This record gives sequence, C-alpha cells and structure tokens, in this order.
Amino acid sequence: MSKILVVLEAGRARISSEALAAAQVLAGLTGLPVESATVGNAQVFAEASGQPIAGAYAIQHPLLEKYTSDGYVLAFEQLIRKLDPAYIVFPHTYQSRDYVPRLATRFGQVLVSDITGIEAGPTFVRQLFQGKMTGAYSHPGSGPCFLSVQAGAFRAAEGQAGQTTIEAFTPEITPAQIRTRPGEPFRGSAQTVDLGSAQLIVSVGRGIKEADNLPLVQDLATALGAELAASRPICDNGWLPMERQVGSSGQTVAPKLYLAVGISGAIQHLVGMKGSQCIVAINKDPDAPIFEVADYGIVGDLFEVVPALTEAIKAAKA
Amino acid sequence: MKIIVAIKQVPDRDAQLRIDSSSKWIEESDLQFALNESDAYALEEALQLKEKDGGEVVVLSCGPERIGQTIREALAKGADRAISIACDDLGSRDALGVARLLAAAIKTESPDLVLTGLQSEDLGLGQTGVILAELLDLPHASLILHVEKTEAGLTVKRELEEGWFQEIQLPLPAVLTIQSGGNKLRYATLMGIKRAKLKEVRQLAAADLGANAAPVVVLDRVALPQKQKSTQILPGTAKQAAAALVEKLKFEVRVL
Repeated sequence: MSKILVVLEAGRARISSEALAAAQVLAGLTGLPVESATVGNAQVFAEASGQPIAGAYAIQHPLLEKYTSDGYVLAFEQLIRKLDPAYIVFPHTYQSRDYVPRLATRFGQVLVSDITGIEAGPTFVRQLFQGKMTGAYSHPGSGPCFLSVQAGAFRAAEGQAGQTTIEAFTPEITPAQIRTRPGEPFRGSAQTVDLGSAQLIVSVGRGIKEADNLPLVQDLATALGAELAASRPICDNGWLPMERQVGSSGQTVAPKLYLAVGISGAIQHLVGMKGSQCIVAINKDPDAPIFEVADYGIVGDLFEVVPALTEAIKAAKA
Repeated sequence: MKIIVAIKQVPDRDAQLRIDSSSKWIEESDLQFALNESDAYALEEALQLKEKDGGEVVVLSCGPERIGQTIREALAKGADRAISIACDDLGSRDALGVARLLAAAIKTESPDLVLTGLQSEDLGLGQTGVILAELLDLPHASLILHVEKTEAGLTVKRELEEGWFQEIQLPLPAVLTIQSGGNKLRYATLMGIKRAKLKEVRQLAAADLGANAAPVVVLDRVALPQKQKSTQILPGTAKQAAAALVEKLKFEVRVL
C-alpha cells in the first residue's frame, strides 16, 4: 500500500495525461510515488508525456487484444494484487466506466467516478445532480481506493516524460473466462455536418420543450450564420439528427462563439464545448451549471429572448 | 424472458435544489420526484423485448415510501409486477451497498436479463448495473442502445465515444445498462393506470436482505459549484438583453 497506480488508456493520450496529472496531485498530498500501467501497446507511456513515472507496466495477453470487461477485470485484478497500490487512478472514459466498477467490487471497493478535483484529506470532488451541486467524497475504509478522472479537469504538464523502464506483465486468462464477444467499432451514419470546424454554433437544449419550437432557434442560427447543434436529449427525442449532438457522446467543438439556448449544462455536454472561445448562455434558471462556463448570460424565457435576439442580429447586419 | 428492470426515483430535473442543514445532502421535504431518465429507457427496452419475445417484466426499486409512486408509474406503463425494497437510509449507503440490496432481491427471482439505466440523474455514479453484474456473477455490457434476442443469447448495440458504436454478443443471463435515446418512450395509458392498481408489489425490507456492510466511500459534503468563469449577466427585458448581447457580439467577440 505504498504507491499510486495510474492506468493509461491506449489511443487516449490526452485524458490519460490528465489522469497522470491527477495522480501527481495525489502524490503531492500523500507523498506516495506514482507508477503506471497500460494494456498492450506501450506507446501510450511516451504519448502521455509530461510527468516522470517511477515504474511502468505493459499488460500483455493475446486475449486482451480486443477490449472486454471480463478480460480487463482479470488482468487488472492480478496486477493490483501484485503491486498492492493505495490508489488506482483511471481516465473516465466509456471503457473505464464499463469495467472499473466491476474491478473495484472484486476488491470490496467502490470507484469514486469522474472526479474533477482532489483536495487535502484526500478529499475527492465530483459533480452531483447534473452539475447543479458538487460532492466531496472520502475513502475511510482500508484497501485500495479506485478513482476515475473527468476529462478536462486536470491540466496535463508540458514536456517530456522522464526515462522509465517498461516492465511486461502477463496475466493468467483463459478463453472461457471471456463471456462477451465484441464486434468491430463502426460509425453510426455518414457525417454530413462537421461541427468541429464551425466558427459559430447555436446549440439548443431541453428548454425548447417541443420539436415544433425548433424553428425559433433555427432562425437565430440562420440570422447569425451559425451551425445548429443540440444537447443529447434533443437528439434522443429524434428532434435533430445525432450528428448535431455536442458532448461526450457526440462531437467536441471549439468555435469562436457557442450560443447555448435552454441548455442546463450537464458535464457530459460541457466537456464537448467548454473549449469554445466565447460562450453565451440563455436560460431561465440562474443556477443552471451552464452559467459556470459562460462569458455572457441572459437569464430569461428563451421564447422571449431568442426572437428578440434574432431581430436584433438581423438589424445589426442590415 | 424474465426481465428485471432496476429503477431509481430521483429529484425532478426542474426542481430547485437546496442544501440541507447537515450539508451532506439536499433538502428533500418539498421536492418533486420522478423516474430517472435512463431507467425509463431501460424499462422501455424491457417492455419492447417482452412484446416481441414474450416473458415477464418485473421492476425493482429501493428507497423510502415515496418510491411507491414511481413504481406505480412503471406498472402503468406496462411492467407486470414490482419488488419494492423499503430503505430509509439510502443516502448513507455507497454504490456497492445499494447494489448489494438489489442483488439480494434479484437472486430470489433468477431472471434471464437484468436491465438498468446507465446512470442516475442525482448521484451520477453510473455504476449500479456494472456492480450488480459482478455481485450476480453475470456477464454485462454497458451504454446499450438496442437489444436483440438471439438463439445463443443477446446481440446488443453499444455506444462508444464521438459517434462510434459496437455490437457485442453475450450469453444469458446477463446484465445491461441502457443509454438514453435508443427507443421512443411510451406514456402510460388510462387503462394502464387503472390496471397498475391491481398489480402485485412485493414489499421487502432492507434489513431482511442482509446487506449491511459499512460504506467504503462516504459523501461528506454537498456544495454549490464554484464558477470557472465570471459570467457577465446581461440584465433587462428580453429586448434590452438581446440588444446588449448584440453589442458584445459586435465589439467584444467580433462575430457580427
């Protein structure tokens, strides 16, 4: 129980670097050294640069070539029993969400998932109620503490990784232990909208209430010369196609202007747009989390504000 | 197939939340509650599977007396019966503690399939289904948008990040966590609401399920989030605020 183990995810260098940065914050508070592990391709150790690492483990096994929760749970269970870390830090990705709760349960532990901060104690901060509140968690029990780190919450350090020797670790896994058969990833449909390159985006959320009200926001986007985007519930309802969705399950955007209409700002949405140069929010709830990242805000009824804004923009452009 | 759907009652998403006097949770006394959104999609998936392949849909929930209302709602939408675990100290249990209660109840039913929403709108941990799978020693898949029964078990469509998907095959029995958006949600009909009153709700007490381990993770404090940016709120009527914003877009953001 004398180290922090950070798990890096192959092909996900950026969030892996942020998990490493979080592990370093934890190291600063606890005085424990940081080691790292990954499955398969050791390339991620070089990509997730910026921090010196004491030890690095590349978990290798033919049955781990395709991700399965069964395979990953078995592999990490064996590595954790061997290394006996006090803390294990994961990037919060769709992959880690799929197997880490199961892995933690195997140790009688509970993953503190998608943390956004680490404070003295250590205390782990994460969002509650879709971002309307934050919660501070502690891990008073004995045994390893499992953490996953939300994207964009910790700043990865610049520079090169320190020299480290990579040690191979081969877990014992038999084919019968893998119960699921994963297929190859595929794209949902041909992408005809590239929100990623849009300079101006008007994005609409649940506040629009009904599909019939969408032209209101479309008019605003047209007046502004902006692409129309949406938060997840709008696309879930089939009101706009999935390819217009911004957020962790949709596209990540960083336009000059992101105008959020009737979007409360759950973290799954914020991670997809908070890199925008200027964020404007129109929402009736002054406590909506979208205002935490907005540069300008209008607290009011979008059914009054949006038509007024469309007219004002038309007048300014005329 | 016999399908159990684990559902959670959460504060209504439009509810104004206030922190309670202990600063450990929110004031619940005058809150409106509703069925957690992704659990509603899990229920919908279960109902559609039943309509296609036959079987039974049993909803399972855990919490104080008020969850009865959400359970009735699920029965009105078409679930056949329900199991309600009376538990007044849900907040002092961690995700593993709650999953242990649910798992103990599920074991008495030996279902073919367990469905739950991928995460709750209150705590948002997104773990209950995956922990359940481990406690029940069943295979699982998470973030599922579509489920199809096959001869060998199930083929499911899993959502990956940034517009990617994947199909997974898994044997039964299994646990799936359901992502929102895979189906269109149904409303309860008047007839459904009437019928729900006659459907069986099996009452269990948390104490009887023998799952009372001390929590390993504790929520110590709830707070309002800190602002990352200082937002300039544009005041006035809709027209005044719109005019002020156009000024900003023209001269500060320079996009007009």
